[in-house]
Amino acid sequence: MTLYARRKAVNAIGLALSVLATAFGLFALAWLLFTLLENGLRWIHPRIFTESTPPPGANGGLANALVGSAILTAAGVAFGAPAGLLAGTYLAELGRTSRLGAVVRFVNDILLSAPSIIIGVFIYALVVLRAGHFSGWAGAVALALIVLPVVVRTTENMMRLVPDGLREAVAALGAPTWKITVAVVYRSALPGILTGVLLAMARIAGETAPLLFTALNNQFWSTDMSRPYPNLPAVIFQFAMSPYEDWQHLAWAGALLITVAILVINVVVRVLLARKLVR
Amino acid sequence: MVSGAPPVSPGGRLAAGPARALRTAGDRVFSGVTRVFAALVLVAVFGMLAALLDGAWPALRAFGLKFLARKDWNPVTGEFGALAPLYGTVVTSAIALLLGVPVSFGIALVITELAPRWLKRPIGVAIELLAAIPSIIYGMWGLFVFAPFFAAHVQPALTARLGAIPGLGGLFQGPPMGIGMLTAGLILSIMIIPFMAAVMRDVFETVPAALRESAYALGATTWEVVWRVVLPYTRVGVMGGVMLGLGRALGETMAVTFVIGNAHDVNLSLFMPGNTISSTLANEFTEAVSPLYTSSLLALALVLFVLTLFVLVAARLMLLKLGAREGVRT
Repeated sequence: MTLYARRKAVNAIGLALSVLATAFGLFALAWLLFTLLENGLRWIHPRIFTESTPPPGANGGLANALVGSAILTAAGVAFGAPAGLLAGTYLAELGRTSRLGAVVRFVNDILLSAPSIIIGVFIYALVVLRAGHFSGWAGAVALALIVLPVVVRTTENMMRLVPDGLREAVAALGAPTWKITVAVVYRSALPGILTGVLLAMARIAGETAPLLFTALNNQFWSTDMSRPYPNLPAVIFQFAMSPYEDWQHLAWAGALLITVAILVINVVVRVLLARKLVR
Repeated sequence: MVSGAPPVSPGGRLAAGPARALRTAGDRVFSGVTRVFAALVLVAVFGMLAALLDGAWPALRAFGLKFLARKDWNPVTGEFGALAPLYGTVVTSAIALLLGVPVSFGIALVITELAPRWLKRPIGVAIELLAAIPSIIYGMWGLFVFAPFFAAHVQPALTARLGAIPGLGGLFQGPPMGIGMLTAGLILSIMIIPFMAAVMRDVFETVPAALRESAYALGATTWEVVWRVVLPYTRVGVMGGVMLGLGRALGETMAVTFVIGNAHDVNLSLFMPGNTISSTLANEFTEAVSPLYTSSLLALALVLFVLTLFVLVAARLMLLKLGAREGVRT
């Protein structure tokens, strides 16, 4: 084989394997979604949204878990997003070149990829152990710790996209720094910051591990955040691992609902971002 | 890149009286509040380390450093050791990297070099969506769909082809149950591929077009351009991406808990059920009754946290190194 032919052959094999790898990734996504639709769609009916989780063998739905998850997610975002916004503001505006800024930026990236179960264990030791019982609040704090680094990161990135000329123009009019940030930088970075919050929401909506030792779960309808709190991921975990078929069916229905919600948020965010970039 | 310091209380010197006082007071509050919340990030991470250390202390005092090397895990007699879950964590993560790294590289290559412009984004988004799917969904899919398929079609073939090879064969012997360490590792690889592929795509795109085009102009094939120009240029960043994937794999919980089989055992065979640190925590944490049991679980969590901390710090340092060079290149 000539050198030329060999180079061509290596190229062809390498590229073919790469295309195969991409096909593998896309196939995995398709297989997962197909599984969810095949197993989940059958068990979606109005009762899912109106009745609470049943004991084995009885009819029921996922209403308490759906509402509980929505409230827990909202609480996690409500705690985590403002803190993340302010920390991100520091990184983008005041601490851009400071040492504290550099350290926080680095540690934030670590927190971003820290195992979520460790966050659950941490909140268990911090909140649950002290309070003496599992609670919705503990779950919300654990989720907020996952939201925090995501919002810090996107807020900083989005605020940095605002041109410095704009800041200087406002400064030339005599505005103080806080006013430049609030009235001008926030306003022009708002869509980007909001997409960051949405992505964080999508991330915690399906998180299970940090809730296992914090919010635990609740078989019944409950809106008392100081008690164990019903949530969809924990219900899916419990029901899917159970030997009861009707529980497994509910788990599939819940899995489909949660995944569709998360994928819709992700696609919407990407469409919004793409449109913004084009404009 | 934006550069330079932000404007600091501009025009403040000219203003006088109450307007000026308001201005500086407002800036002081603003700067103080944002700084406090920035510091909150540090407090969270160091607080995690401190809380875990505090909780793990009784177990570490009872078992010492041997905790890491002991195999027993017996809540009845109060004997605990981290070896089995640690072994499972390392083995499943290694499998995940072994399969995940080449696949991620291929995906990044297709997106940056091969795909036509209109296809780049859809492929990229599809792979990113793979990362958005919750861990628990991977777990259900793994337990109910992938494991039965794997047991029926793949495991017997692996045993038949590779089981007889001396040494290596031991990895592929045992009953084809579907669940076990190999299944967990494979599912982990699918879960970390999007993270690694995204980083590799991003760092591949930092390669100056002139460099890439010079290689093409000299007659290099696409594969040679990627292998001999792009990869050497981005080596540090690619390693950073791989470490980031490893960090994910080490701590991934729910998917593994579904498919690994939850046995406190150290087995050579990858078909056998095992345990990882995170799956042990997920399964046993709420059931731990004795203080020593809880403390041992917290010690496991500490081991996992320190392990991922090392990996993630290495990953970020590598990515920062590449980023620093990027600033110089123009």
